[in-house]
Amino acid sequence: MSEYSQLAMVASAVVYLLAFMAYAAEWAAARALPSQRVVADRRRSRVRAAVPAGAAPAADVDGPDTGTPASEDLTAARIRVDMFGRIGIGLTMVAFVSHLAGVVLRGLAAQRLPWGNMYEFVTSAMLAVVGAYLVLVLWRGIRWLGLVVTLLAAIAQGFAVTVLFVEVAPLVPALHSVWFVIHIVAAVIAAGAFNLGGLASILYLVRDRAERKGELRGYLAKLPSAAAIDTFAYRMHAFAVPVWTFTIAAGSIWAQYAWGRFWGWDPKETWSLITWVVYAGYLHARLTAGWKGARAAWIAIVGLATFWFNFVGINLLVSGLHSYAGV
Amino acid sequence: MRDRDEGRTASTAAPGGGRKRLGVLEALRIAWAQLTSMRTALLLLFLLALAAIPGSLVPQRPTAPLKVRDFAAQNPELAVWYDRLGLFDVYGSPWFAAVYLLLFVSLIGCIVPRIAVYAKAVRARPPATPRRLDRLPEWVRGPLAGRRPSEVLDAAEEHLRRRRWRVRRDDDSVSAERGYVREAGNLVFHLSLVVVLVGLAWTSLFGFRGTAVVVVGSGFTNTLTQYDELTAGGAFDPADLEPFTLSLDDFAVEFETGSVQRGAARSFDATVTVRTSAGETQQHLTVNEPLEIGGTEVHLLGHGYAPIVTVRDANGDVAYSGPVVFLPQDGNFTSSGVIKVPDARPYRMAFEGLFLPTGTVDTAGPRSLFPDALVPELVLNAWYGEPVAASGAPENVYTLDTTGLTQYTVDGAPVAMRLSPGDTYDLPGPGGSITFEGYKRWAKIQVSRTPGTWVTLGAVALAVTGLSVSLFVRPRRLWLRVAGGTVVAAGLDKADGRTGLDEDVAELLAAAGVDADDGPDPPPDDGPDPPPDDGPDPPPRET
Ligand code: HEM
Repeated sequence: MSEYSQLAMVASAVVYLLAFMAYAAEWAAARALPSQRVVADRRRSRVRAAVPAGAAPAADVDGPDTGTPASEDLTAARIRVDMFGRIGIGLTMVAFVSHLAGVVLRGLAAQRLPWGNMYEFVTSAMLAVVGAYLVLVLWRGIRWLGLVVTLLAAIAQGFAVTVLFVEVAPLVPALHSVWFVIHIVAAVIAAGAFNLGGLASILYLVRDRAERKGELRGYLAKLPSAAAIDTFAYRMHAFAVPVWTFTIAAGSIWAQYAWGRFWGWDPKETWSLITWVVYAGYLHARLTAGWKGARAAWIAIVGLATFWFNFVGINLLVSGLHSYAGV
Repeated sequence: MRDRDEGRTASTAAPGGGRKRLGVLEALRIAWAQLTSMRTALLLLFLLALAAIPGSLVPQRPTAPLKVRDFAAQNPELAVWYDRLGLFDVYGSPWFAAVYLLLFVSLIGCIVPRIAVYAKAVRARPPATPRRLDRLPEWVRGPLAGRRPSEVLDAAEEHLRRRRWRVRRDDDSVSAERGYVREAGNLVFHLSLVVVLVGLAWTSLFGFRGTAVVVVGSGFTNTLTQYDELTAGGAFDPADLEPFTLSLDDFAVEFETGSVQRGAARSFDATVTVRTSAGETQQHLTVNEPLEIGGTEVHLLGHGYAPIVTVRDANGDVAYSGPVVFLPQDGNFTSSGVIKVPDARPYRMAFEGLFLPTGTVDTAGPRSLFPDALVPELVLNAWYGEPVAASGAPENVYTLDTTGLTQYTVDGAPVAMRLSPGDTYDLPGPGGSITFEGYKRWAKIQVSRTPGTWVTLGAVALAVTGLSVSLFVRPRRLWLRVAGGTVVAAGLDKADGRTGLDEDVAELLAAAGVDADDGPDPPPDDGPDPPPDDGPDPPPRET
């Protein structure tokens, strides 16, 4: 069963890569479309209100069916672009199913929840990231995040199966705790939202720059407006921060049971707090006029970097109470 | 609090006379305004994150004193500087404390005035309807179509009240607001952070934490002298130690024997008998399942081996017999220890060496290959010397000071014995012998009291709740006005990230019984764009 799990994980990494290539093809194909005019739309002052005064006026792009004369060629090109996008989603779903099977089989093989070591944490967290992405694709149509999500998923899954992989083994006694399970579930959910938020922040910066230059070509033209991406990123973070707060609280209750202290400045604990503080900074920055947009996006990216460093880097570099058996 | 504030404060310079006295006050006021500004709060937050980093990379004295010692031995010059900068105890250092105390002062200075403002805002009526509704981010309009204005306003008002909006009715308009609890959530969240700190301070002032090593078959009495290590807060009174004794009846441990994670611990189970004034009970103590005795918690922190030895002196008398605690040095429990026999005559005796639960001796020296006691071995050197009077000074039982001692030698080479259970080694020179009888396990327990726990926990729970409220509740305002045969409904969100404003506005117009004009475009308006803040003022938040 363990071998099947591993097979499914490897397959998911490969299919994520294929999905990434499909999204990249969508991007590339979209370059064939004519550059789109940036239109400042009066009715969108709602969007404009989200941009600091004095910044470039908020812009939105004409929908694909207005303005430009739709020649036969162009229609064909649009259909091709759309087709690549759909293939991307289809492949992402296939990879997700394989990934899900990998995680479930791993749990069945170990006869416990599959959260006992780095390999299992990373694969589970990535499952949450892609799962959240797919839910939001169906619910909110955020296909535009696919390129970065599948890239991250392919890298993380590839890293997990090649570097982090360990054979199935039971848990060390310190992990036998309900609070541990609650802690991990919360961490995995927060990971999903932080990653989507952070990736959106990266896209925000790219799109924002293009908007300032007034040149929106190809894939960039297909992205939502910078202001809309910004709002999306904010929502992801606003959801994730309370969950992350809860994650830390649950973790410290577990620590109280396991080691008789809530907080011991263990490297893992310290970095969870650092991550939390950075995201608190993000929320404050957003709520302070003038720190919206690019600067907030940079904080979000720093936050994501600390998150991943805490998640993987600390375990590999520093030894503490959290360095689980078998990494 | 807001950046706008700072400008205002800074520009109110004291005019003319009385300048000097005012100058100091004014400087203080400016300093305070700066400290409680959002920008400073942000800066302090990032500073806190940054300040926490070195502590996770440099070994810390409170948690890893041995690593600090090794580090200092390897980098003596660096260590001096690290010590000066407090880098070996970052979280107890003055500069770290300065950052978080400033942050909390800033927090209190920021939050307390807001509470007063909020208390007023909660009781205030929604703001009056702005003059130009068509400049708001979201609006729709429709014809009055001959209905009486009051009829339309009544319908709108009823709709809003039914939906639990707070409503203000004026002659020609209705104004409504919702989402007051957001600010309440925000205040609760920030105040809870302060309470978390209070709880932690309380614990560190009144609490204590100590550890003791208990060998199977022996016990622990909760008095000061029985602790190997004890740290306690300033307000801790040893007389408050919960009176109990605990004896370790058995300690079972299992290790992974499969090929994956071989040697990893799989289960610990300490069987203990606890005696308190209320009686005697037998209980199990394992990782994650601490015992609670009164307000005191007992945790299982670690375990190890204590070889049982019998030492006879040169006269043939038994000078010592019993278990001696050895401390594990690696994951396979290669354990080092010292056996001191001060009562041996004519010479006192001492042994130093390793206990190997699964022993081997190879090019890397004697070591254990597995944490369980499969092939227990004892590897020792031996010393003897003139007896000394007990000085009464505390002595480290885990290290051997060889001053005044002579090593047993055979043909000029130091004695190095390797014993299996049951083996006896007869010492050369002045004589004596040691018998390796077997081993016992020991458990390291931690006894602690953390009286502020419930304050901290409760505050954390409140903080999470308050944070969720403040992030998920979003204040919104709606207006409806009848003017010159036209009905306009409009709305405004004071926080971004919320959707559905357009729906709320459309619904309000529909509930008033007005059909929206269907043209999607607003009337041409050639005036300059209003700045974003041109909308009605938010509730007075600034202090
Ligand atoms: C201990 C460090 C702090 C943390 C972790 C923290 C965290 C947060 C978070 C997560 C929010 C978002 C909640 C919301 O949207 O309402 C927030 C909002 C806010 N914080 Fe803090 N905060 C801290 C310190 C401070 C300090 C020192 C101040 C005062 C200078 C402050 C003032 C505010 C204000 C005014 C808001 C609300 C902004 C608004 O609603 O427009 N915070 N804080």
